[in-house]
Amino acid sequence: MDDFQYHAPSSVDGVLSALRGADDGKVLAGGMSLVPVLKLGLAAPSHLVSLRNVPGLSDIEDHGHCLKIGACCTHAQVAASSVVQERIPALAAMAGRIGDPQVRNCGTIGGSVAHNDPAADYPAACVGLGATIITDRRKISSDDFFGSMFETALEEDELVTAVCFPIVARAAYAKFENPASKYAVAGVMVAQGDDGVRVAVTGAGAGVFRVAEMEAALADDFSADAVAGIGVSSDGLLSDNVAGAEYRAHLVTVMARRAVEACG
Amino acid sequence: MSDNGSNGTGFIGASLKRKEDARFLTGRGRYTDDINLPGQLYAHLLRSTVAHANLGSVDISAAEAAPGVHAVFTGPDMEGVGGIPTGWLIHSKDGSPMVEPAHPAMAIGKVRHVGEIVAIVVAETRDQAREAAALIDIDYQELPAAASIEAARADGAPLVWDEADGNLCYDWEVGDRAAAEDAIAGAAHTVSIDVVNQRLVPNAIEPRAAIGSFDPTTDVYTLYTTSQNPHLIRLLLGAFVLGLPEHKLRIVAPDVGGGFGSKIPHYAEEAIITWTAGRLGRPVKWTSDRSEAFVSDTQGRDHISTATLGLDEDGKFVGLKVSTQANLGAYLSTFATCVPTYLYGILFAGPYTTPAIYCEVEGVFTNTVPVDALRGAGRPEATYLLERLVDKAAAATGIDRVDIRRRNFIREFPYQTPVALQYDQGDYDATLDLALEASDWDGFEARRSEAAGRGKLRGIGISTFIEACGIAPSAVVGSLGARAGLYEVGSVRVHPTGSVSVFTGTHSHGQGHETTFAQIVAETLGVDFEAVDVVHGDTNAIPFGMGTYGSRSLAVGGTAIYNAVQKVIAKGKKIAAHLLEASEEDIEFADGNFTVAGTDRSKSIGEVALTAYVPHNYPEGLEPGLEETAFYDPLNFTFPAGTHVAEVEVDPETGVVELVAVTGADDVGRIINPMIVNGQLHGGLAHGIGQALLEHCEYDAEGQLVTGSYMNYTMPRAGDLPNFNINHNTTHCTHNPLGVKGVGEVGSIGVPPAVINAVVDALSPLGVTHIEMPATSERVWQAIQAAQAQD
Ligand SMILES: Cc1cc2nc3c(=O)[nH]c(=O)nc-3n(C[C@H](O)[C@H](O)[C@H](O)COP(=O)(O)OP(=O)(O)OC[C@H]3O[C@@H](n4cnc5c(N)ncnc54)[C@H](O)[C@@H]3O)c2cc1C
Repeated sequence: MDDFQYHAPSSVDGVLSALRGADDGKVLAGGMSLVPVLKLGLAAPSHLVSLRNVPGLSDIEDHGHCLKIGACCTHAQVAASSVVQERIPALAAMAGRIGDPQVRNCGTIGGSVAHNDPAADYPAACVGLGATIITDRRKISSDDFFGSMFETALEEDELVTAVCFPIVARAAYAKFENPASKYAVAGVMVAQGDDGVRVAVTGAGAGVFRVAEMEAALADDFSADAVAGIGVSSDGLLSDNVAGAEYRAHLVTVMARRAVEACG
Repeated sequence: MSDNGSNGTGFIGASLKRKEDARFLTGRGRYTDDINLPGQLYAHLLRSTVAHANLGSVDISAAEAAPGVHAVFTGPDMEGVGGIPTGWLIHSKDGSPMVEPAHPAMAIGKVRHVGEIVAIVVAETRDQAREAAALIDIDYQELPAAASIEAARADGAPLVWDEADGNLCYDWEVGDRAAAEDAIAGAAHTVSIDVVNQRLVPNAIEPRAAIGSFDPTTDVYTLYTTSQNPHLIRLLLGAFVLGLPEHKLRIVAPDVGGGFGSKIPHYAEEAIITWTAGRLGRPVKWTSDRSEAFVSDTQGRDHISTATLGLDEDGKFVGLKVSTQANLGAYLSTFATCVPTYLYGILFAGPYTTPAIYCEVEGVFTNTVPVDALRGAGRPEATYLLERLVDKAAAATGIDRVDIRRRNFIREFPYQTPVALQYDQGDYDATLDLALEASDWDGFEARRSEAAGRGKLRGIGISTFIEACGIAPSAVVGSLGARAGLYEVGSVRVHPTGSVSVFTGTHSHGQGHETTFAQIVAETLGVDFEAVDVVHGDTNAIPFGMGTYGSRSLAVGGTAIYNAVQKVIAKGKKIAAHLLEASEEDIEFADGNFTVAGTDRSKSIGEVALTAYVPHNYPEGLEPGLEETAFYDPLNFTFPAGTHVAEVEVDPETGVVELVAVTGADDVGRIINPMIVNGQLHGGLAHGIGQALLEHCEYDAEGQLVTGSYMNYTMPRAGDLPNFNINHNTTHCTHNPLGVKGVGEVGSIGVPPAVINAVVDALSPLGVTHIEMPATSERVWQAIQAAQAQD
C-alpha cells in the first residue's frame, strides 16, 4: 500500500473541502472494499478522508412512509435494528447475510452503494425496494443511481449521506452466495409496494438490473408460479470460475421464485 | 511392562491438554516473522508476472538508487551458487533417469511460471524494498505457455524445458503390466473410469518467512525459516546450494503455523535470503504475503487418470490397470517426483486382494507453480481413484457397494501386495462394521425418502481405504531413488533432579508433539508429565532428524524417543544395581522405580538420575550422566486403515450439495492422546471435504492463476462441515514397540471418495454416474441438466 494522507473531519463540509483540497482524494467509510483495493495497488489515492467523525451519519430514522438509513450505518447495525426488522424485514435479513461478521461490522450502506460492486447486495435492495439515495447536494432515485459495475451517478466529490427506503407491502430477498467470497452470484429482491412490483437482480450481470417480464407477471398474479417459468437471457451475464452465464441465468429465476415464496 | 510400552501411569491414552496451547491460544507463539535481529534489513522478492518468457534486459538501476535500498540482486548475481536440488531420482520404464533440469534460485534467462523469483531488493524497511522493486524494469519476451497437463502433452506444445521432449520428466511404472492386462482381458466384468484429481493450494495459516544472518566472527550462517524439517533444509541448503559444512549453517524452524506439506521443500527463498545476508553482512528478513503464497508455495495433487478394473463373476477383483499423468509444475520441488510415483502407485491394492495391478505415471512439466506433497501426498489421489472405481464396479455388476468391498478385503496378514507394499496388520471388516453401525447405513433409505419429501436428493457414500505412512526403511527407499534416509532421531536427557528434556528431529507445526511425546516419556520413564519438555526445530539443539511429513512423526520419531528411553532405563538399571548392591539382571523397572525383583528395595528414577550426575557412589567404568540418543530406522511403513461414510443432500434446482453427515471408523494404531488424534482427524476430514466439494486451483491458458485469493479459492469453513462422528477400532502396528501407525493425513485420504460417492448416489436416480471434484453447485447442476437432456 502506498503512502497517503489521512483526514477525519467532523462535518460533511469538512469532508467535502478535504476532498476538494486533495490531488486525488477518496472517501473512506468501512474500508472493506477500499482497503483491499489499496493493498493490491489497484488505486493509490493521495488522501483518504474518513467519515468516522462526522456525526449523524449512523442514524436510522422512521419517517412513516420510509426508513432513512444514514450512510455510515454498518451492515450489522441494519441487520440488528429493530426498526428495520419490523418495518422492512427483507432489508434487515439482506444486511445480515452480507459477507461475514467482520465485514458486517465494518462495511457501511453508503460505501456499498457508492462502490456499486456488481456482486453486492445493497444495489438489489435499493432498486428492488425503490430507494432514494440522498447525497450532500441532491436526491437520486435508485433507478438512476446505479450504473454498470463500479459506476454510479455520483459526482467526483459527492457524498452519500443516507438512503431512504419506502415501506412496502411485502418484500423478500433471495441470495445465491459465492461459496468463497460470500458475495452474491445471483441475488434477487422482490417487492410489492405503492408503485407496483419490482424485481431487482444483483450479482448476475455487470450491474443491478430489473426484470420487466417478472414484474409484469407478478403484478398480475403475485405467486411463485408466476415467475417460475420466466427465464432471463444469459447474454451479457457474468461468467467466472464459480458460475457461468447460463448457470447464473438459471439461478436468477430460481432466486426470484424463492423470493416470491418468502414474501408469503 | 505391558505390551503397549506402558508402565501403567496412565499418560498414554489420556486426552491431556496440549502443552503448546498456552502460548498459541494467548498469542504468544514465536513464529519466524515475530523474530527480529539487530540490524535487520527487509527483502522484497520481485516475481514474474508471466508464465513463460525469455528474460530480456532486467534494469535494476532505478531500484538501486531508491531510498533505503542496500542491494538488488538478480539471477546472474547468484551464478556459481548451486541450484535447488530434488530429493528423489525417478527412473522411467526404459531405465533412463528422469529429466532433471537446472533450478537456479532466481531466474536466469527465462521465467517458467507466474511467481518465479526474478530479483531480490533489500532495503531498510519492507515498504522501501517493495516500492523499489516496482522500479525494476523487466523486458519479458513472452512465449506461449503450457499451463495444464493437456496443453503440455499436446502435439507441438510449447516446451517448458528444451531437454524434456513432450514436457515429460519421466514415464514411470510399477507392477506387472502383462499380468494386469491379461487378468482384465479374461475378466467376466470390466469397469473403467476417467478421473481428474484437481490441483489444490495448501493454505497454511502462517505464510512462509525467512531470516538469514551471518556472523563474521564464527563464519556461521543462521536461517530462521518456516520449515517442517530443519535438518533436511540444512542438508540441502548447505551441501547442495551454498556449499557450507553443517557446523557453519544453523537452521531454526521455530513455531510454524501449519504446513500440510508446503513447508517440506527446500525453497529458493531460503537460499536467496541466506546468501544475501552473507553478501550484505546484515540479517535479512522476508515474509510472504497471502497473494505471494498463492503463487510461490508449492501446490498439490493435479492428476489426470484413466483406469480399468476387471472382476470375476463373483465380483472379486482380478486385475487393475491405472494410467496417470501428474503435473509437476515448472521446476522439480524437493519431493515432487516421488509423490505421484512411490507415494501413489504403490497404494493401488488398497484394502483389497486384487492379484494383478499395474500403474504407469507420466510426470509432466507445465508453466505452473511447482507441485509437491500436500496432506496425504499421492495416497489421496490413489484412494480417490480406487474407491470411485469400486463404486462403479458395484453399479456395473449390481453387487451392493458394501458387499463388493467385503468380498475383496484382505484378511490374512502379513499381506504382500502386487505393488511393492507388505501390509503387516489390519482388520478392515471391523472398521467397516463400525462405520456402518455408527452411520446407521441400514436406516438410510428412510432418510432418503424423508429428504425427497422436502425436495432434496439425499445420497450416502462409502470408502474403505488403507494409508501407508512412516515411509521406510532407508535402504529400501534409497534403492527406489530417495536421496536421503528416512529414519528419525530422538534424544532423552534426564537432568540431575529427574526432570527431562526430549529432543526430536521431527517438527511440530500444529500436531501437538510437545504433548504427545511428553506423554510417551512420562509413561515409559515413570515421571510426571509436567517434568518433561520437548525441544524441536533447531539444528543446533537437536542431534539430527528428517522432520515431519507423511504422518511419520509418532511412528518413526516417537519410536526413536521410546528407544532412547529404553537406553536410559538400561543404564539406570546399572546404577540402581550398584546402589542396591544387587546384580543388574535382578533389577526391574516399573512406574519410575528400579526394584530388586521380589523385594521392596528400590531406587526411584530421580535418585538414579542424581547419582548419575553426582557419581560419588557409582559403578566402576560407567560414564556419568543420564542422556541417550536413538536413531530409529523402521522396518516397514505403517498402515492405518478405515472406513469413511458421507451423507449429502443435493438441491436439484441449484445443484448445491449440503454435507449432512460424516462418519469415520479409523484404525490409526495405538492412540497416545485421543483428543489430539481426533483433532488431526477433524483437520484431515475438513481438508478432504474441501477437496471434494470446494477447493480448486485453476490456471488460465496463459498460465495466470485464476484463483489467486480467498475471493475465489474456496476454503472449507466451519459452516460447511457437519459434526464429525469419529470412531476407532485399533489394531497395533507389529513392527514398532508402541504399536502406533499415524493419523495426520487419514482424513484427507479417506473422505473425498466417500463424499463424491454420496453425491453420485444422490444423483444416480437421475442417471448421473460420475462427477468430478470439486462437486460445486454449477457442476452438479450441469450434470443434472445433462442427465435430463438424455432422457
Ligand atoms: C470478504 C468480503 C465479503 C463481502 N461480501 C459482501 C457481500 O456478500 N455482499 C455485499 O454487498 N458486500 C460484500 N462485501 C463488501 C462490503 O459490504 C463493503 O462493506 C462495501 O462494499 C463497502 O462499504 P465500506 O463501508 O467498507 O466502504 P469503503 O471500502 O470504505 O469504500 C468503498 C468505496 O465507496 C466510497 N465511499 C464510501 N462511503 C461513501 C459515501 N458515504 N459517499 C460516497 N462515497 C463513499 C469510497 O470512497 C470507496 O470508493 C464484502 C467485502 C469483503 C471484504
